[in-house]
Amino acid sequence: MIAVLRDLFRYNGEFAIGCVIMAIILGIAAASFFSPYEPIDSYLVALDAPPSLEYVFGTNSRGQDIFWQLTFAIRNTLAFGFIVALISRILSLVIGLISGYVGGIVDRILMSINDTFIVIPLFPLLVLLYFVLRDDMTWFVLALVMAGLGWAYDARLIRSVMISLRTREFTNTSVFSGMSMPRIVTQEHLPYVLPIVFSTFMNNMNWSIGLEVTLAVLGFTDVDTPTIGGMIFWANQHSAMVSGVWWWYFFPTLFVTLTFIGLFLLAISMNEYIDPRSRLDRMGNS
Amino acid sequence: MRSYAIYVAKRVLQFALVVFVGISITFLITHLTPIDPVEHAVAQVSTFGFSSPESIELLRQSLKELYGVGDNLWEEYLIFWRRLAMLDFGPSLSAFPTPVSELIGRAIPWTIGLLTVSTVLSWFIGNILGGLAGYYSRNRILRILGMIMMGLHPVPYYIVAFVLLIVFTFLLPILPSSGGYEMNLATGWTPQFVGSVLLHSILPSLSLILVGVGSWFMGMRALVSNIVTDDYVTYAALAGVPEKRLVTSYVMRNAFLPQITGLAMSIGAIFNGAVITEQVFGYPGIGRLLVEAVHAADYSLVLGITSIAIIAVSAAVFIIDIIYPLIDPRVQVSQ
Repeated sequence: MIAVLRDLFRYNGEFAIGCVIMAIILGIAAASFFSPYEPIDSYLVALDAPPSLEYVFGTNSRGQDIFWQLTFAIRNTLAFGFIVALISRILSLVIGLISGYVGGIVDRILMSINDTFIVIPLFPLLVLLYFVLRDDMTWFVLALVMAGLGWAYDARLIRSVMISLRTREFTNTSVFSGMSMPRIVTQEHLPYVLPIVFSTFMNNMNWSIGLEVTLAVLGFTDVDTPTIGGMIFWANQHSAMVSGVWWWYFFPTLFVTLTFIGLFLLAISMNEYIDPRSRLDRMGNS
Repeated sequence: MRSYAIYVAKRVLQFALVVFVGISITFLITHLTPIDPVEHAVAQVSTFGFSSPESIELLRQSLKELYGVGDNLWEEYLIFWRRLAMLDFGPSLSAFPTPVSELIGRAIPWTIGLLTVSTVLSWFIGNILGGLAGYYSRNRILRILGMIMMGLHPVPYYIVAFVLLIVFTFLLPILPSSGGYEMNLATGWTPQFVGSVLLHSILPSLSLILVGVGSWFMGMRALVSNIVTDDYVTYAALAGVPEKRLVTSYVMRNAFLPQITGLAMSIGAIFNGAVITEQVFGYPGIGRLLVEAVHAADYSLVLGITSIAIIAVSAAVFIIDIIYPLIDPRVQVSQ
């Protein structure tokens, strides 16, 4: 495992860059635990101060230090993506495995449901949910709902991998040599599926964070919990662009973009690990 | 021909299933949550200044009617479907007494136009460039292009739209910042009006294309780099098929097919992106109408847009599915 990681780091530029970016992002998120301020407190520091040595990222019109505000926002945003990805991974793994293994009528029914969830546009539904729940739509409710709606695409992917694994030679060999089916699934097949689960984990985090940012910017989430989208929402509320407080937009936008790129690069390099041919190709070139 | 009919029948069933599930979720969200949307909307409206008790009662009555009053949940569910079948969502609350269906009807051509143009453009640009990048994998320009695409792809629609807005209307003010056309122009098929519409659509469609093109590019590049090593391509190359023909008819044509399926699968996500892009650029489409309806607590309009969006998106997917076998003859046989 360590050797694989070392190889990835050495020969795979995407993995290395992705790791560095995510290390920075996680470092900033971890800094929130040492913040001198509470996240929801306002009017603590001078208003609208540009970035300086005292306030690295400046301060906003609500009297908050943007750097410390950002540490909380990144932490919450990452935690949000993580929860959604974790729950929806469990759903897509279970549904993909059942569909791929059992096949037949079960597979057809599950995949019809699956395709239905792929097609349904989520955004209007989430907006409707906010419209109905309003202040009861907390950060956690949103995470649960999005996890419940965001598993379909990857369930299909996992299913197709399972189908191809089921028909491979070594599966037949294990069956004929008397291995039980649960053991084949967990010991022989899961090692093939897990890297895909990890890769889709990152992509799903990106997806959910993207939707959360979008909803928050429009004010359709719990804007009192600091998230990246929430910061941009407040900047819009105070017309920061008109009053020239550009740093209020710039730093949240910069760091959320970095997060997206970092997670995405990790997801791609994980794909490369799944397909060792491309890894060998790359090692041969350098 | 008969196999195609069976294929179409299957797709119709799937289409019906999507609409059924989507609308049912919409119903469940509005009817199973502990909060009463009627009282909620009444409270929202009555906070805006003074209203007499009579008019509030009237509002409550009309909202209840719209919401579907029945003896039980099942009956309400049936009423909900009946109203949907007649596209009758009642009058809008924020633009009283204009019917919701009229407001949606006014907004939907903008969204369809914007989405169709930007989706088709990004699909073709992404796939053609991606196909070339997969075939000429050592070409330096295409490699750099690949890196740019990779960096752009994971950025959410909102951020790209916002950055474009700042760059082209604030730092370098050459393009209009909001609206679908210039305010004082008469609507109609005059060259001035059409020109204004096109000018106003540049930024929204550009931001949709910039985000969309990356995934097609990378998908196509991966597909083509696999196909290039296939035996039949090697054979054709050895047999002296001209390179141009090899790239277009042998490699690209086969790689296009899964990308069409991919298009059908991502229409929903593209629609999500359009909603936020319209909001950023103040584009008069269905997405902006939705956001405004939420802010104005216009229950009937929100419900109407959500239902129409679900039906429209599944219809778009259905159309792509129906066209697919006409492009890929193999589907007719296997399905």
